[in-house]
Amino acid sequence: MGKQVLIADDEPNIVAALEFLLQRNGYIVHIARNGDEAMSMIERLKPDLVLLDVMMPLRSGYDVCQRVREREEWRHIKIVMLSAKGREVEVNKGVSLGADLYITKPFSTRELVARINELLGANP
Amino acid sequence: MLQGWVIVVTSFAYLGLLFAIAFYADKRADAGRSIIASPYVYSLSLAVYATAWTFYGSVGRAASDGVGFLPIYVGPTLMIALWWVVMRKILRISKQNRITSLADFIASRYGKSALLGGVVTVIAVIGILPYISLQLKAISNSYTIVLQYPWIIMPAKIDARPIMQDTALWVALILAAFTIAFGTRHLDAAEHHEGMVAAIAFESLVKLVAFLAVGVFVTFGIHNGLGDLFDRAAADPKLSAMMTPLEGVAGGYASWVWLTILSMMAIMFLPRQFQVAVIENTNERHLNKAIWLFPSYMLAINIFVLPIAFGGMLHFPEGNVDADTFVLTLPMSEKQELLTLLVFIGGLSAATGMVIVETIALSTMVCNDLVMPVLLRLRRLRLNERSDLTGLLLGIRRGAIVGILLLGYLYFRLAGEAYALVSIGLISFAAVAQFAPVVLGGIFWKGGTRRGALAGLCAGFSVWTYTLLLPALARSGWLPISFMEQGPYGVALLKPLELFGLAGLDQITHAMIWSMLANVGAYVTVSLSGTQSADEHRQASLFVDVFGQAGEAGGARFWRGTASVPDLYNLLARFLGSAAADSSFEDYARARGLRWPGDALIADGDFVHYVEVQLAGAIGAASARIMVASAVKEEALTLEEVRKILDEASQVVMYSHRLEQKSRELETATTDLRTANERLKELDRLKDEFVSTVTHELRTPLTSIRAFSEILREDPHVDAAQRQRFLDIITKETERLTRLINQVLDLSKIESGEAEWHESRVDMKEVISDTVTAMEQLFQERNIQVDARLPEWTAPVSGDVDRIIQVMLNLLSNAAKFCDSGKGRIEIALSERGGWQRVDVRDNGPGISPADQAIIFDKFRQGGDTLTGKPQGTGLGLHICRHIIEHHGGKLWVESRPGEGACFSFTLPIEHAGTAALAA
Repeated sequence: MGKQVLIADDEPNIVAALEFLLQRNGYIVHIARNGDEAMSMIERLKPDLVLLDVMMPLRSGYDVCQRVREREEWRHIKIVMLSAKGREVEVNKGVSLGADLYITKPFSTRELVARINELLGANP
Repeated sequence: MLQGWVIVVTSFAYLGLLFAIAFYADKRADAGRSIIASPYVYSLSLAVYATAWTFYGSVGRAASDGVGFLPIYVGPTLMIALWWVVMRKILRISKQNRITSLADFIASRYGKSALLGGVVTVIAVIGILPYISLQLKAISNSYTIVLQYPWIIMPAKIDARPIMQDTALWVALILAAFTIAFGTRHLDAAEHHEGMVAAIAFESLVKLVAFLAVGVFVTFGIHNGLGDLFDRAAADPKLSAMMTPLEGVAGGYASWVWLTILSMMAIMFLPRQFQVAVIENTNERHLNKAIWLFPSYMLAINIFVLPIAFGGMLHFPEGNVDADTFVLTLPMSEKQELLTLLVFIGGLSAATGMVIVETIALSTMVCNDLVMPVLLRLRRLRLNERSDLTGLLLGIRRGAIVGILLLGYLYFRLAGEAYALVSIGLISFAAVAQFAPVVLGGIFWKGGTRRGALAGLCAGFSVWTYTLLLPALARSGWLPISFMEQGPYGVALLKPLELFGLAGLDQITHAMIWSMLANVGAYVTVSLSGTQSADEHRQASLFVDVFGQAGEAGGARFWRGTASVPDLYNLLARFLGSAAADSSFEDYARARGLRWPGDALIADGDFVHYVEVQLAGAIGAASARIMVASAVKEEALTLEEVRKILDEASQVVMYSHRLEQKSRELETATTDLRTANERLKELDRLKDEFVSTVTHELRTPLTSIRAFSEILREDPHVDAAQRQRFLDIITKETERLTRLINQVLDLSKIESGEAEWHESRVDMKEVISDTVTAMEQLFQERNIQVDARLPEWTAPVSGDVDRIIQVMLNLLSNAAKFCDSGKGRIEIALSERGGWQRVDVRDNGPGISPADQAIIFDKFRQGGDTLTGKPQGTGLGLHICRHIIEHHGGKLWVESRPGEGACFSFTLPIEHAGTAALAA
């Protein structure tokens, strides 16, 4: 059975690209369009990995990341932060909040998929 | 019954009470807990201004002149408003120089001149005698009248009485004894009489209460309130004439003005006023409250003057009762025993208060400025060798008190019957007004010289004697009356009441004009035509620049010579007694962190100056100067040297002024720089934020473009439909990128002011239909119905047509974006109102929440449905639109309620005829 990935981003076109990429690589993809939706879907689905945009309506990616890391039973959930904000302070903040990976937009699709596979222990 | 003994016993009991108050206040002062250190007591003590003249005489004056009694109280009220400038300066000077009296003040100012002090003293004593005699007259008259109770009989002429049965003589003697007990119990280095001040303040209360009591009784007891009283007065032709102000005073305007000026001077320069206001002042700040408290007192004690005058004239229409006695005779005629007694005590308060303070002030002057300088110069008395002179000083003062009161009585016998109370008082006012030029000139003009002051005072006083004093004596039969009627030796030009032909004025105005002319003229002319000695130059600077000097050290800079501490000690002990000398030395040593006796003090300029000031507190500046000069070896400074010291001081002052100014300028500059820096920092922060936001906005479409490009490149098997969709996204995101870059550039151009604006006449109807046509295709694609309601004709606006079209397109595409999908509807309206064209663009979309309404015009802030994701847009459109509209002088705003669509509106000013012509 394929691993579950939650994409949380408010940019529909980016979501479309990520969805296509991940489905093609055999993952089961869910989509949240804002921070609150992301939280409730994590609660419900307990995905293996969350792709988190930082600048989202209602609740920022940082906030979602922090809340996920506060819950012991969610320790296994991998978090990849995706952000158009690429300054060092912002990257550090994401990592310090417990993100497994911080990727700056725009990104190489090949590399993104490779890193996700790596995190989830799957063969490319 | 009000028998003689009741009145006498009550009077003495009252005087005893005063004495007890004074005794208590002195005890408290000795214990260091002064009861007079209060602005209220200070203000009440100033009310010593209101004497028997006020208490009895105001009503008399009102009965003959109507409101003519008022200038005497308007003057002080006006003057006290100036006190912050004048009196504060006099106070500061007096404290620094330990001034003991008005004569001392004037003598000090003009080079510590003993001669000048003497002249001032003589003028003050002679000038005040009529005033003192007035008080004696008031007390004895009121006593005589009360004694007749319940019959009202005016006192007989004085001549009819043998001198030993004359009440006035006994009154004078009793008051002398009382004043001696009050004022000369001990010798105070600062001339402070705390007990006296406390008693005077109490007396001010008593006379006010007594006068108000009569006023209330006459107004509400005899009559039915003020209305009733004034109605009755108005019905009487003689009384109603008194209610018009200017006709009330003989001489009209001139009289009013001169009487007001006269009393303005009196409140400053009557010896007793100078005593309570300056010498007895314990704190400069008391002035603040006195400035309104004292005028309030004046108002209160004058409120019932007219009612009592009217009441008296209605009550005694035959005119056989002297109006000066109404205050007393009205209660008597109504058989009000207690009130009569209260009034008698009130009058006694007013009179004794004046006499006590006045004679104490005068006796200080006589002792310090008249007798001592003479005695000290008489070498054969060998006063310099006597070890304790305090007894002598007290003796002189006591003698002076008795002498002054007896002289007052003498004047009363000589001239007292010729005038009413008020006229007698005015003669004294005119005498003390002679001090005004030399005092006011002395504190504001450095050029006044000793000779000038002497000349001014002598000239003014001579004219006063000739025009006021001699006529008073003539009227009483002591000089031939022809002297007044034909002039001396028949020279009409010299007639004392019409000097040099100046006729048609009342006596006081006439005397004031001539005496002031002579006084000021002589003072200024002689001052300007002579030079100052070194002493005068120094004192002039110390007085005029008192606020610029560094405290009491001011005088010490000018001393050069050698002195010994024991000499100085002996000098001080001789005049103050050894106890006071010890405590003075202790104070001096303590201020320098030393102990006396024990540590060695250095007899330098500071110390000699200190001793001289202490001494001046007891015997006046002029005598102190003589004594110090005899006890130490001094080198006289030349005028040049004094000038040099003063110049140096003024240079230092100037330097420090400049320094202050420079440091103020620096401070301002620093503040300016700091604000500028803050602004720069803020701008820098805004720029950072802008760059970061723009980066974010650029990266987002780039991400999609790159991701889809890579997908398409790496996976050739993507089916055709999807390939098409991905390519569409890439195209759209590229367009978005382009739009964003264009708008950022556009915005930066507008914000930096570099944008070019092509003004022309713009027809809004055309703009609207053009933009709607341009977007026709989009509307059709999205199935949006557009409804434009445009008037037949519209006035053109003035503006850049391309920019206005840009705004219109932006609003329409926003409306299209948010329209209800499927059955979208956009309404456009154009209307004209009050010089404005207004455009409304209404959609039927989801509406904008109030929170979003507040931010959508900001940079990179977009509204939209947060649940379904972002709308496509740069977040700059509305911001730019607002800039454009505001550049044209219009407004752009939104009105919306969630669920009911949104309406964006903007206004543009209609082109004026003027600008239309320009454009054409």
